[in-house]
Amino acid sequence: MNLDMTIFHQAFFEEAADLLAELETQLLRLEEAPNDSELLNTIFRCAHSIKGGSATFGFTDIAHFTHGLETLLDRLRNGQAHVSSELTQLLLESLDQLKSLLAVARGEAASAPNSDPLIARIDAAIADSEGQKPTIASPPVEQVVPDEVQRYVFRFVPNRDVLRQGSDPILMLRNLFEMVDEINVRCDTSNIPALTNFDPEACYVSWEVEFTSQHPMSELLEPFEFVSDDCEVSLTAVAGYWQGDAAQQVACEVASVAQAVVTDVAAAAIVTSPAPEPTVTAAAKMETHTLRVSTDKIDKLINLVGELVINQSMLNEVVQHFEISSLPRLLEAVAAMERASRELQERVMAVRMLPIKHAFGRFPRLVRDLAATCHKKIDLKTTGEETELDKSVIEMIADPLTHLVRNSIDHGLETPEERVACGKPEVGVVSLNAFHEGGNIVVEVSDDGRGLDKDRIYRKAVDRGLISESDPMPPDDVLHNYIFHPGFSTAAKVTDLSGRGVGMDIVKQAVQGLGGAISLSSTPGQGSRFRIRLPLTMAILEGLSLRVGDEVYILPLTSIIESIRPKQGDVRVVAGQTEVALVRGDVLPILRLYQFFGVEPIVSEPTRGLLVIVENDGRKIALLVDELIGQSQVVIKSLESNYRKVDGIAGATILGDGRVALIIDVPGLYRNVMPAQAIMTAAA
Amino acid sequence: MGKTALIVDDSSSMRQMVGFTLKGAGFTVIEGGNGQEALDKLSGAPGGKVDLIITDLNMPVMDGLTFIKQVRTRAMLRFTPILMLTTESQESRKAEGKAAGATGWIVKPFHPEQLLKVIDKVLPA
Repeated sequence: MNLDMTIFHQAFFEEAADLLAELETQLLRLEEAPNDSELLNTIFRCAHSIKGGSATFGFTDIAHFTHGLETLLDRLRNGQAHVSSELTQLLLESLDQLKSLLAVARGEAASAPNSDPLIARIDAAIADSEGQKPTIASPPVEQVVPDEVQRYVFRFVPNRDVLRQGSDPILMLRNLFEMVDEINVRCDTSNIPALTNFDPEACYVSWEVEFTSQHPMSELLEPFEFVSDDCEVSLTAVAGYWQGDAAQQVACEVASVAQAVVTDVAAAAIVTSPAPEPTVTAAAKMETHTLRVSTDKIDKLINLVGELVINQSMLNEVVQHFEISSLPRLLEAVAAMERASRELQERVMAVRMLPIKHAFGRFPRLVRDLAATCHKKIDLKTTGEETELDKSVIEMIADPLTHLVRNSIDHGLETPEERVACGKPEVGVVSLNAFHEGGNIVVEVSDDGRGLDKDRIYRKAVDRGLISESDPMPPDDVLHNYIFHPGFSTAAKVTDLSGRGVGMDIVKQAVQGLGGAISLSSTPGQGSRFRIRLPLTMAILEGLSLRVGDEVYILPLTSIIESIRPKQGDVRVVAGQTEVALVRGDVLPILRLYQFFGVEPIVSEPTRGLLVIVENDGRKIALLVDELIGQSQVVIKSLESNYRKVDGIAGATILGDGRVALIIDVPGLYRNVMPAQAIMTAAA
Repeated sequence: MGKTALIVDDSSSMRQMVGFTLKGAGFTVIEGGNGQEALDKLSGAPGGKVDLIITDLNMPVMDGLTFIKQVRTRAMLRFTPILMLTTESQESRKAEGKAAGATGWIVKPFHPEQLLKVIDKVLPA
């Protein structure tokens, strides 16, 4: 197509004159408002448009001159250069030069002053703005293959989002195929997910093509120019013929694949892809401080952050010119912001999520080794390995789990002879089981062994003074909990594996350190089951905010049973010092939070405040607080990394109004103020 | 059936040039002087849809990146090829444009023939 550019010249001249007038007005304002970004943008845009037009319509002198000017103005608007009187002077002189150049172009003047001195000054100003000139990396010189037929292997793995950028992989391939012969295509559809996870707007397929061509490589890659940065595009010249494994190839007519993909990606997915087998990698190893995150997840995050920025500017705008009539818009903007930040929160959390098989992976080997050492026959069963957990939780739960598994094998399971004698199968079963349960992850370690020996635990508890001999046998759940006491071991003999009496208490501490809880159930002769309940993540906590004096505290929701306002007669003093509350027949010790935290109280009379009943280890206590504020999700900020560890405090968070609230560590409270003895006495 | 292209540029001479080239190649042309104006024109187009969008990046009222992002939020235009016109051949602008949803770019100055060649890359004949 031959297009005579001169027909546009008049339009360009008129436009350029307007732009120059605008440029002059704005430049004169610049000294008064050197930091006005809108002004700087407008100035840049004027120069930019003049440059674009002059270059397009063949006014090379003007284009050449404006090029440096545009760069300098770009620096200015990006804050890399700053307005000074010299700079303004330079810009005004440049404007005059532009006018002269334009007059020449219009044929109104015979010649214009030489641009070079000004260009040199502009270049100097640009160099000033950055200390040194960036070296523009020249593209590597293409190896031009002479015009002879060459065989190539071409690989094209489009980015998942390629369609969403309006790119069409099939079109690119077709454009390529116009330049090549002897085409052999393999379309890889193995990444197409099962239909339930299938996103019809995503591109899951990739291609490997072998062909011959006499075009140079640069031309062959030309159709892929726009996607080469974010898709895998590789072209290799090869000797000989197709080397791939014939069995894996799906050599097919390009047209038919293209058709299938273009007409209906979803349908193609069903036809060509049997649900892909998850690839089992033997190396399910864990890296300690790095995290592999799919670029997919990251791209989504970046998009979300973009949305957040847009939302924020919407908010800004509404707030800046706020009238009561714009309230609905404000609410809408706030709602949008909330949606975006909530989604961002979820996605960021998802980045840290790993399947628990990373923690389970070590057990098959461990169990096999232990079975040999203990002369037991063991079958390990795992379920729910794909359950996802925060990476740090997975790392920290691995050791406690190991201890529990060892414990089950050592203490729980009987020897094959004993099992046969009890009428059980010779092979004992240890099960690891992970699953979601209402916002938490539950990990169970169970065995079908002999179960806990209640008598032995009772005797041991008496020995250690946890209960007195005159006390009746406590209920199962209380009794079972004794095994989590420090130094409590019931193993008749100390073995290599466990039974040194260190362990269960450490397991429990580790679980609590993760914000979780451990419990145990056991049936004599049928086995035991340890149940660990973990939060999905350690970074966010569902909490109840409550007020004590002028301070706000957060209590983790998981430890709260109920809140009550006691009546006069419900609060008693036992043994002259311990205050207790009678709650439906239970006697609960009262802990006045204001006393514990040393805060000036507003309410010091239990009947005028509220008692929040919390549970830990199956023991309940009542916390006296002034009032409850509400339930919310809070982001945990570590106190240790910013200050130091404080007893009874798990961390801090920042409230909606900017105040800092401390998060109460319930197990910590128990350790600090309620020695086991006191609670037992109070409860008795 | 003929194809429709939307040209978005604050420079009317540029719009004329691109428009002329496209009309010569059989396109119906819609023009917008900035992103906002172009969005309004899009809403008025038959079915809210065009076959190709060519947009400048630096424009008053609504710049090209914002415009591209807005276009991608419209169901009818999610897969429409978008070419950005840029004098800045720097990678950063291209990357920003692509992140916003642009399909490709053409660096100013260009010849009408070059423009048509680039269009061939993103729009099936």
